[in-house]
Formats: sequence, C-alpha cells, structure tokens
Amino acid sequence: MTVKNVKLQIDELETGLGKFKGLNVTIGRLIEENLDQPLGPTPFPSITDLRNWDRKLLSRYPPFYLPFCDVCCLCTFGKCDLSQGKRGACGLDMSAQQSRIVLLAACIGAATHTGHARHLVHHLIEEYGGNHPLNVGGDEVDIDAPVTTLVTGQDPKTLGDLDVILDYTEQEVTHLLSCCHTGMEGDNIDFESKVLHAGMIDQVGMEIADLAQISAYNFPRGDPDAPLTDIGWGVCDTSKPVILVIGHNVPPATEINDYLLDHKLYGKVEVAGICCTAIDMTRYNPGAKIIGPISWQLRFIRSGIPDVIVVDEQCIRTNLIEDAQKIGAPFIAVSEKNCQGLDDRTNDPADEIVEDLITKKVPGVLILDPEKVGEVASRVAIEISPQRKKKGIFPSIEEIVEGSKGCRSCLECQRACPNNLPIPEAVKMAAEGDLSKFSSLYEDCVGCARCESACPINLPLHSYIMKSSEDRIEKEKFKIRTGRGAIQDIEIRRVGGPIVLGEIPGVVALVGCANYPHGGEEVAEIAEEFAKRNFIVTATGCAAMSMAMVKDEDGLTLYEKYPGNFDAGGVLNIGSCVSNPHIAGAAIKIARIFAKRNLNANYEEIADYIHNRVGAVGIAWGAMSQKAASIASGFWRLGIPVIVGPHGIKYRRMLLGRREREEDWYVYDARTGEKVYVGPVPEHLFYAAETKEEAIVLTAKLVMRANDTSKGRAIKLTHWIDLHRRLYGTLPDDLHLYVRKKSDIPLTMRQELLERLEEKGWKEREIPDPTLLKRMIRSEGG
Amino acid sequence: MSKTEPWQTAEIAGPKKAFVLSKTIVVSSMIKRAKRPLLVVGHESLNEEINGEKQIDYMIKLAEKGKIPIVATAHMIGEFNKRGYSPASSFSLIEIGERLRDPDWMGLDGEGQYDLVLMMGFPYYMSWLVFSSLKHYALRGDKYLTTVSVDRYYQPHASWSFPNLSLEEWEENISSMIKELEAE
Repeated sequence: MTVKNVKLQIDELETGLGKFKGLNVTIGRLIEENLDQPLGPTPFPSITDLRNWDRKLLSRYPPFYLPFCDVCCLCTFGKCDLSQGKRGACGLDMSAQQSRIVLLAACIGAATHTGHARHLVHHLIEEYGGNHPLNVGGDEVDIDAPVTTLVTGQDPKTLGDLDVILDYTEQEVTHLLSCCHTGMEGDNIDFESKVLHAGMIDQVGMEIADLAQISAYNFPRGDPDAPLTDIGWGVCDTSKPVILVIGHNVPPATEINDYLLDHKLYGKVEVAGICCTAIDMTRYNPGAKIIGPISWQLRFIRSGIPDVIVVDEQCIRTNLIEDAQKIGAPFIAVSEKNCQGLDDRTNDPADEIVEDLITKKVPGVLILDPEKVGEVASRVAIEISPQRKKKGIFPSIEEIVEGSKGCRSCLECQRACPNNLPIPEAVKMAAEGDLSKFSSLYEDCVGCARCESACPINLPLHSYIMKSSEDRIEKEKFKIRTGRGAIQDIEIRRVGGPIVLGEIPGVVALVGCANYPHGGEEVAEIAEEFAKRNFIVTATGCAAMSMAMVKDEDGLTLYEKYPGNFDAGGVLNIGSCVSNPHIAGAAIKIARIFAKRNLNANYEEIADYIHNRVGAVGIAWGAMSQKAASIASGFWRLGIPVIVGPHGIKYRRMLLGRREREEDWYVYDARTGEKVYVGPVPEHLFYAAETKEEAIVLTAKLVMRANDTSKGRAIKLTHWIDLHRRLYGTLPDDLHLYVRKKSDIPLTMRQELLERLEEKGWKEREIPDPTLLKRMIRSEGG
Repeated sequence: MSKTEPWQTAEIAGPKKAFVLSKTIVVSSMIKRAKRPLLVVGHESLNEEINGEKQIDYMIKLAEKGKIPIVATAHMIGEFNKRGYSPASSFSLIEIGERLRDPDWMGLDGEGQYDLVLMMGFPYYMSWLVFSSLKHYALRGDKYLTTVSVDRYYQPHASWSFPNLSLEEWEENISSMIKELEAE
C-alpha cells in the first residue's frame, strides 16, 4: 500500500531538541513494503537503473537499422541529410536518429496506455471510491499485479493504490520523451535502452488499466471458461437500432449497456463494437456484439447499419465523422483526447443534445461524461433509427460498373495501397461488368481507403470492394471467447515446471493490430498450428478477434475447438490491448510460483530468469501502431522475442542475434561461475518475417531456451525440425547449434540427425544453470 | 506516372537515389565485373507468371548464366529445390540484410564480403528498407556496397534499379540480361 500527500499536523511536541508548536509535516509519498518478500534492488527504477541489463541484451541483439529515408526533419535546423555517415546540424548520426524515432514511437505507445489507465482509474475512483479493492482472480490469483510488483515493489490492493503508481509511470514517460528533444541523448544504444524502459513502463500502465477495469466492472477474473460471444458483420439484428462503439476506453460503452438495462430497453437496441472497446464491452456483458478489428471501421459504417457512432480513443480512423454524416448517423466523441472539432456538450441537458442530434442540427457532439453518453446514445439510436432506415452509401452494382468505365488507368490506387493490391485490374474487369476481382480483394484489404484518396476521379474504391463482397460479408458470424484476463496461480503451478523444463514447448502470444499482409486468416492459421502442437496460445486485441473469424469445415472457430485454460493446447483470449501484461505476468509468475524468486522491485533477476527459461514468443502479425511498438518493447526488456509481420519492418529497427558469432552466446553457470556456450537461444529479440511460413518456423525455433532439459529440448527440436521440413522442404542448416547432447535429439530422428551433426563437427556440451548476471552465481552469493 | 518515381507513392527516399537501369548491359557488365556478386530472391518471385514460367525461374537462369550464388529467403529454399536448383543458402531477408551491412562478415562461404548485391521478389516496402540500410551502412573500404533492384518496380534506395515496368517489359529485360551474360 502506498499513500501520497500525507499530511501530519502536531499542535505541540516536546523532544530532546526542544519544544515545537503548530508543526505541519507533508510527505509526498509513503511506501509500505510488501512484507511477504524483501524489497529488491530497483524499486520505481529511473531511466538508467536497468541500463546495465539493457546493454547486456543489446550487445547480444544489436540494433539493425532500416531508415525510411535519408533525412531528419524534426527541428528547424533541418532537413538534415544523414545519408552514408553524415551528421545533422545537432550532431546526430543515422543510427542515433533511427533509435530516437523508435523511442518516440515507444513513448507515444506508453503515454497512450498510461493516459488510458489514468482516465480509467480517475473515473473508477469517482464511481467506486479509492478504497475499492482490486480483484483480478479472487482466491485463484494471489499476485494481482505481477508487472507492477516487479517494477515498483508495490502490491496494489485498491484503486487508490493505482493512482500512486500512475504518478510514477507518467514521470518516466515525461523523462523519456524529453530525451528525444534536440541536443539530448546522442548514443544509439542509450536511446535503445530508453526504448526498453518505455516498454517496461508501458506494461505497468496497461496492467493498471486492466486491473482497474476488471476489478470495478467485474470482468471475467482469470476465467478459462469465460463465455463465448458473437463476432462478425452479421451479428447485428438490423431490424433494431444499432449503436456502434469504436476504440479502447470502455466506460461510455458500459454506460450505454447500463442505460438500456435500467430503462428496460436492453434487447431492443443492438450494441456492437469495433476494436478493443468491443472486446472489453463483451467482458462487461457477453451479450454485446463484436463486429471486428480496426480494419472493419469504414466498411461497417458505410453499410449504413449503425444508427449512432460513439468513438472513444486510440486507433480510430480520424475522419469517420465524414462517413457518419453521409449515412446520417449522429456521431458522439467521448474522450478529451479525441474531440473531433465537436462542440463540448457535456454540461448541456440530455434532452437538448438528443434533440439536436435527431434533427441533424449538429452532426455530432463531444460528451465527456460517460453516463450522459449512455443516455444520449441510447435515446438517439431509438429515435433516429426509424427515419434512417439503415441507409448506407455502398454504390449499386450498376454504379460500380459505370464508375469503373471512367478509370484513367493511372495506377495511383495500387501505388497507394499498402498491400499493392491489383485494384486497377479489378476496375478494368468491373467496367466490363465482372466484379469478381473486386470481391477477391476483400480478404487482403486492410481498410485504409488510401486507394480512394489517391483516385483522381474520386471512385469510392473501398466501397467497391465491400459491395462486391456483400453477400459473403453479411453472413459473417463467428464465436469468440470473451477476454478471460489474468492467468490463475493454480494454472501457473500446473504448467510452470513443464514450461521451464521445456516439456510444454512454448507460449505463443498473438497480439497487436490488423495491418496484415494477406488478411487475418493467417493469424488463425499460425495460432492453430501451435495449439495443435500443444503450445499454449494466448491472444489479445485485434489478433484475438481475427483468430475468431475463421471456421473449419465443421463450422467451428478456434475458440470453440480449443480450451481456454493456460495449459498445453489451450487457445486463450486474454482480452484487449491493455490485457497484454497478463501474458508477461504469467512469465513473471512462473519465476515466483515455480522458482520462488522474489518479485519485489527485482526486475533484472526476473528478466534474466525469463530470458533463459521461459520459452515465450510474441507474434504481432499485423502490428501497425506506436502502442504495438511499446508493447513489443516491454516484452524485449523481459528477454522475450517478438516477431512482426512484413509491415513491421517499418518500425525501422530490428534486434537481431548472429547465430554464428559464438562469443555472443555464453552465459554463466550459476552453480560454478564458469562461462558456458549455450547456443543462440533465443536467436533474435525483434524480427520481421516475410511470410507466415517463416514466422511459424521461426517461432518454433525461438522458444528454445538455455535451461531446457534434454527432454524439453528434444520436444522443441521435434516441432522446429518438423515445421522446417514441411514448410521449407529441408532440414535446418543450423541444427548443430541447438543440440547440446545426444539426449537432446528426438528419438525418431536420432540416426539421421547424428549424421548431419557429424558433418558439422558437432560435439556434446554442458547444460548449465544459465544466467547473464554475475551476481547470480551461487559462490558469489546469488 | 513516371517510370522513375517510387512505386509506392509516399515512399520518398531523400537526396541519394538509385540510378535507373535504362539498358540491361549496364547491370550485366556489373555482374561480369563483380568479384563477389550475390542474388537475394524472395517469395514474391512466385507471384507472377509469364511465358509459362514464374519469376523465380528467370532468377535461376540469371544466376546460372551470371554465376551468381542465390540466397533464398523465407520458405523459398524448398521452391528452388523443387526446380532442381540448390541455392547457396537459406536466410531470412533481414538476416542476410544485416550480414551484408556488416563490413566484417565473411560471406556464405567464408571467403569475404560481397561487392554486388541484386534483389528480387519481396514486398516493395521490405526491399525499400533493406536497400536503405545497405545504402547507409554497408561500407566496403571507403565506398559503399553496390546494390541493384532487378524487380519490376523502381527502388530509389538501391544504387541501381530497373524503372517501373510491366511484367512483359520486365521479362524482356531479364531475358536480355541472361543473353548478355551468356555471351561471355
């Protein structure tokens, strides 16, 4: 428990020093130590407290920079040409500039989650009081806030406790952002260390946000059997008024739900969501509907189905109000971070706001009171729905054919498309009455509508794609498990050993956005590949949604086919973006529950433990945002590798190990203090894959850890080799680096692999008790 | 659209841009002169077909005639093997990019770094960024590595690049290079 702004007033005090009268003492922050475990070495770490750990990681995984362009244009000295060794007017070179941009992205992400958490905690303290207890899993979860405890040494118990920790995260984000100013940090590795700090802070911010909302809103508490709910375009009953909520910050959506319940309107109005607000809305009430990930925004609005559109924050298309106006749907912005140029009507009577929206006196309003949003959105939807009649703006087939005839074949649409989709070809065929090519683009379209912006004759090409696929889209209806939240301690007790020993081959975390190279189906494919192989598959955010939007031949989705518990072969929807720390938290809790390590403010030791023992890999196949960058950074600092899809290369920096550089892959044996070669495990920390096949094979490789037992390593090698053979058609060329002893070799492959190993001059080597930290050597007190 | 604009409209490179290969003999001569050339081929070489052959098949012919070792990226090694061709190595694009950037890397055969790198078959933005990294970092003595895009889109971060080409124009160019290399 931490208390801030403690004030003591003493009327009269007599001490050996003298007599005091009217003494007032103010203490900024009082920190109570968690008595279960001692306070570790780095409570509330500053931006340099973990620098040594960062430098260890960064020397193993040095940055590989991929600059977008040759210049820096961040200050009025510039533009500065930084090409080929040149320095800018401030003295920065290209490497420092690239790492500075990565830090900016990570700061934006961390600030976004911290700001999100701050708004949530502030709102929930107002609603429920600062003493409202935190409860993410009842008796099943003892360590409520593993990330926060690890970073700060605090074990928050109430909403009020979170307030204090947010002070710290806000301070750190401010310091980090200041490092990006001209003439501050100049060394790329120090910038990179700060990136890792931003990622760690981001994890704390996210954890606080989810702790607060789980506790106050009674979201599922680590529930493996959280209910299944509906996802997809076709989940709404379009005969009813439809309220569409988009974004990440759920209080206004919960108030809509409550208003409808309180006024006996529930069931008469459909409440559907896009992106993480949708996921969190179904955690609040599984009867709510999810339309899909962020790429579904434009297409669903243009269909005309929503009668009212409510946007909160993060990843919202910023000109949605234009399309809302075109379909005649009132637009309600509800976050001070996203005002959309609308008049602030927070303090106006609801009757007046409703009247203005229904009569179209205003296209939209800003309302910063969630409760009022609940009332206004509900009433407006009910009143406006009969007059709107679900009027959409998809063109007719005839209009598509006629419009396409005007195409100048300039190719600008394809050149603007992130996925280089052959839109000109589709237009050409459409002009001849054949819409099949447009329909075939549906799966790969990320919904950005850059094609439309680029078109010199203003063809609504995104709508052409959607209209051509309308028959298919309208039937889209799938099942997704609602976000379960934290991993239970009892689950960790069951799997901690098998994970650390390598017998459960790994934990695969599918996270992030929907900027996919070939549609969301690939995410489902990756997930199922590993679920079938008895990995533990966890998912959050848009990836959790995309995974649900594929059915097998029996009409079942992954969430219907695989159990939701944290165990081999489980497929878990953890929740929204801010639920990601439960995945990191599971790795942290393994160190506590299985290995009895002290978590309190003991970041370096636990990260070292996870890096060498817990075979977890993050995959952000459609990573797009700055939040995705900071989420990945948080995993890196814990030593957990992250693979991104091909678009992820645009984060401009990878963290790559070099498998053949033997000197990079030594650890200390904690038993003896000797330095021991362990092979390149895990080989990379941040990696953009070109194809899903590459990502799948690499994931199976990256789960290997220095601590794997021979049995565990044999299981991991079996999966890696099998996948390599199936998807690459060959045995891995670098196999010899990952086999330490003959007993590591899978029995069924022994003879063949031994021959291969002999060709490479392979020799058996020791399996140490691995650590990168000298202080963990037992003879030195570790 | 000019043939020498970046294919993806917003990808504006900066002051230093690729020379355009208007005659294939320029790149064929570079290949002949190079001591250590390398051809990196990605999965998009399977996407398009012309005259009954995929682009990967043209790359194999180019490599054979030019005596250029091929690095197959992603899962492409299997595709080469299916065609009876053994690439020099299988690396991911970013792994080979990172090694080519490093002046001290000793190459696939331990004989030293490469002096000419050709690339084909990647998503445009992936090539864009790897070419950029090589442009800025791949020092060879006091000069930078020469890179060539033999894909059908203009890549300004390369040292040399084909302009934006139709598939038919691309096929003509590659076939012309194959003939020029054969002529030796």
